[in-house]
Amino acid sequence: MAKLYTKDTQAIFWNNNTTAIQRMLDYDYTIQRKKPSVAAIVAPTSGNKFEKFFYGPDEIMIPLYKTTAAAKAAQPGADVLLNFASFRTAYDVTMEALEIGGFSSIMITAEGIPERLARAMNATAREKNVTVIGPATVGAIAPGAFKIANIGGTIENIVQSKLHRAGSCGLVTRSGGLFNELSNIIAINADGIAEGVAIGGDRFVGSVFIDNLLRMEENPEVKYMILLGEVGGTEEYKVIEAVKSGKIKKPIIAWCIGTIAKYYDSGVQFGHAGASANGDMETAEAKNNAMAAVGIHVPASFNDLPLMIKKVYTELNLPAIPEPDMSVCPSVRKSKEFICTISDDRGDECTYAGFPISSLATPETGKGIGDVVSLLWFKKQYPKWATDFIETVIKTVADHGPAVSGAHNAKVTARAGKSVVESLVTGLLTIGPRFGGAIDGAAEYFKYADDNKLTPAEFLNHMKKEGVPIPGIGHRIKSLKNPDLRVEGLKKYAAQYFPSTSLLDYALTVEQLTTSKKENLILNVDGTIGILMVDMWRALGYTEEEINEFISSGTLNAFFIVGRSIGFIGHVLDEKRLAMPMYRHPMSDILYDVQVADKI
Amino acid sequence: MAQKAIREYDAKSILAKHWDKYFPNFTYAYETVMVQNGSELAAMAKDKKWLNEKALVAKPDMLFGKRGKNGLVLFRDTKPGDVSLAKATSWIDEKSSTAQSVYFSFDGDTPTGEVKTDMLTHFVVEPFTPHAQEEEYYISATVVGDNDMLYMSAEGGMEVEEGWDEKVTEVAFAITDTEEEIAAKIRANIPADVAAADKEKFADFAIGFFKAYRELNFAYLEINPFVMQGNKIELLDMVAKLDDTAGFMMREEWGDVEYPTSFGMEEKSPEVLAIEDADSKSGASLKLTILKPEARIWTMVAGGGASVVYADTIADLAGIDDLANYGEYSGGPTTSETKFYADTLIDLMTRIPDKQGREKILIIGGAIANFTDVAKTFTGIIQSFETYAQKMKEHKVKTYVRRGGPNYEKGLKDIKEAADRLGLYIEVYGPETHVTDIVRMALAK
Repeated sequence: MAKLYTKDTQAIFWNNNTTAIQRMLDYDYTIQRKKPSVAAIVAPTSGNKFEKFFYGPDEIMIPLYKTTAAAKAAQPGADVLLNFASFRTAYDVTMEALEIGGFSSIMITAEGIPERLARAMNATAREKNVTVIGPATVGAIAPGAFKIANIGGTIENIVQSKLHRAGSCGLVTRSGGLFNELSNIIAINADGIAEGVAIGGDRFVGSVFIDNLLRMEENPEVKYMILLGEVGGTEEYKVIEAVKSGKIKKPIIAWCIGTIAKYYDSGVQFGHAGASANGDMETAEAKNNAMAAVGIHVPASFNDLPLMIKKVYTELNLPAIPEPDMSVCPSVRKSKEFICTISDDRGDECTYAGFPISSLATPETGKGIGDVVSLLWFKKQYPKWATDFIETVIKTVADHGPAVSGAHNAKVTARAGKSVVESLVTGLLTIGPRFGGAIDGAAEYFKYADDNKLTPAEFLNHMKKEGVPIPGIGHRIKSLKNPDLRVEGLKKYAAQYFPSTSLLDYALTVEQLTTSKKENLILNVDGTIGILMVDMWRALGYTEEEINEFISSGTLNAFFIVGRSIGFIGHVLDEKRLAMPMYRHPMSDILYDVQVADKI
Repeated sequence: MAQKAIREYDAKSILAKHWDKYFPNFTYAYETVMVQNGSELAAMAKDKKWLNEKALVAKPDMLFGKRGKNGLVLFRDTKPGDVSLAKATSWIDEKSSTAQSVYFSFDGDTPTGEVKTDMLTHFVVEPFTPHAQEEEYYISATVVGDNDMLYMSAEGGMEVEEGWDEKVTEVAFAITDTEEEIAAKIRANIPADVAAADKEKFADFAIGFFKAYRELNFAYLEINPFVMQGNKIELLDMVAKLDDTAGFMMREEWGDVEYPTSFGMEEKSPEVLAIEDADSKSGASLKLTILKPEARIWTMVAGGGASVVYADTIADLAGIDDLANYGEYSGGPTTSETKFYADTLIDLMTRIPDKQGREKILIIGGAIANFTDVAKTFTGIIQSFETYAQKMKEHKVKTYVRRGGPNYEKGLKDIKEAADRLGLYIEVYGPETHVTDIVRMALAK
């Protein structure tokens, strides 16, 4: 892995840190990434399914998941974990991600993770060849490709420090604040950085100076490297060894801060937890001297670092880096109140889930109303057997005569002189648990029984205990001997075209039992539709959770609403055509039983 | 700082609390008490019979070693092992009544290096344990580089410290080593000098010791010496450090443990204590160390790394005699937290006039912030300027500001305007100026 990140790198962000994520997306927009750098957010305590963010002037939605495993399963291409858990849970989050696998690098921001846990986490990651950035870090950046969270600061500072496109320096620091500062110094005195990592301030961090410098040695974009170390620890000596042995050939500029520590005893803690010298070898001065001795470019002081950078950069005589196109994030942005994910009327022609209306509407397109439903309701292109089934359902439920409650309502309203739409909605308003609801109910209960492997007898028992008649079972006049031909038609179609009909097969075993008790307890048309819809979705590859969601959100009822609207409108038009007068119910048809109200 | 020293008494108490888990084949009487004066010891004798019945040993428990050579271990009245409760009580009262001088290193019995003088405030008292020299052993564990190290020796006490290389066996363990691997390594490396008959028992104890060190999140654990008599163990002297970042998981295991300041450390000033208190209550980081209160250069720098760089540069360009403090504020402190920090600092710097009548220098420095809102923190500093403007003028304070990051233009503009309005000398620079260049500029004038 010569490069830590590319322009295609995507991350899973653990913790819904909206400010940091927005900074990443602003960066993505500025450098014109094709995909946002955050593919998913793990938010264990959130009930939401997504979080809205700005992408330039527009907004996008990033999906939320409860667990890292769910996020990774949904976004397998995202191979960077940005672990923003607290010091209490950061270890568990990292270890779980290492267990799940598929991550090439994990960044950990928490400061003060227990040392043994940090060591175990770092060692496990190393064994699995996963690069750990941190703990206690602001992150890393591959300019022009991928930026972690807050590193680089505001978008203005990023552009000012030339962090929007790759330069030629490889930068490694301990401190996050000074990382920014050095990026700025490098932008002023050279041509920016190609890759930069702040390794973190805790005593035990995952990737250390040498790991990052060896990778940068392999990265052709990196022409020279800058290392900013600190008093304390011996990590700089590994770099010295690598320079001595020729493993690192590119020029290195280096400085260890904390030269002041030698004047005071160990009681004064300068800077980070890792910054405390145990012995002479770990002092900043000793490390600076040792680095200079092997030919690393060490300035006289931190104040002289810019001059040293300018000198080394100028001597390399590198060609100028062309400035790429940038997009500019608007400074004032307003969050959108509404979200639409099904159709879009902003272009030349309105589209249904990406398909222009003209590509679906006319007969020669070969598309029917089932296709339109599949695009607008499910945002998918269903195969022909499924769209045909949807159309069959709509046709089947279109009407059931004038006597049912919805049709009756519509007729009464029409006769009161109201318009088509007013009459229609009075009819539609009756649709619910008692009218048309058997489709929903049948799907829900039969699926529950099937999911829980209840035998038909157990299922009947269960419904008895619930005190609910089984939805989708029973007909006023039809029986096994006098079958409902609509049901027969649906069953026949399913048998011929459905890849499988597992729930229907189960329902028919239930029907065998119920009809053995009473002739007319057959699987009726509502039941058949609800059950076959489940079978359709199963065959289309939806998960059981997704299907349960369809049922609970009322999708099945929606098919009934669409179909039956055709019938209701028919009845309304019929009343208008016949110019029927205002309806008044005959008093002879009402039982009057009115008592004088008691005084209380 | 993650690794913190604890008292010998607390170290023994933690091991005793978990003794049966780690040392099921050994017994430890845990006869030890910690007291601050003689009367406290006398009062404890009512509950703890052994204080009356056994000969005692008393010594200070204040994070320093070489107590024997400093003459601060009471184990004899007229002859070794005859210290009564009354004697221990009077000895503790005597030693705690006046300041004691302590040396930290010795060449033979001759003290070398610096001496520190301080009051003795904490003592441990334990039974005198008669034992043979060959029953004493040494064991310790700590982290070196990425590994845990276990040090074992068949000889304890002074012997081991003076002949470390010949007498101590070192074993290194990776953090990922399993319990079986650890046990096997320890068994394979029992010091040759341990008597053959005792090797198995020694290994058993060492395995339990190392397990306790790991699982109880010690950063350093030393028993020098421990006495092994059959299955009976005595912990004669212990030194321990805990990894205090593990505190949140070890609340139950460690119990009520305290992290004392070491003997001879200067008492922290009320100002430093106030900043420490504010720091502990804030999500941000506020740190202050007073180095030389009468010096003329004071720093108020944002960021752990940047603060070190400023200190380095001042030491380089002015020398440390002119540097009054070290400190940093970072992690997005609120306006009022920043005001409190600035108040504390400016109050301290306007107490003592410069001996040579020179101007005082206040460096308000910082790198380019990642997420701290510069204007917000500077509002806190401006409020402090308003409070201390008069005093700042009296002490001829020249302020040099350099900062970048979110909202820095507004922050810089605000602080410049406020200083001009209050008649304070100020120079203000942004990210176009090198981070520490204001130190050079301040000293050039």
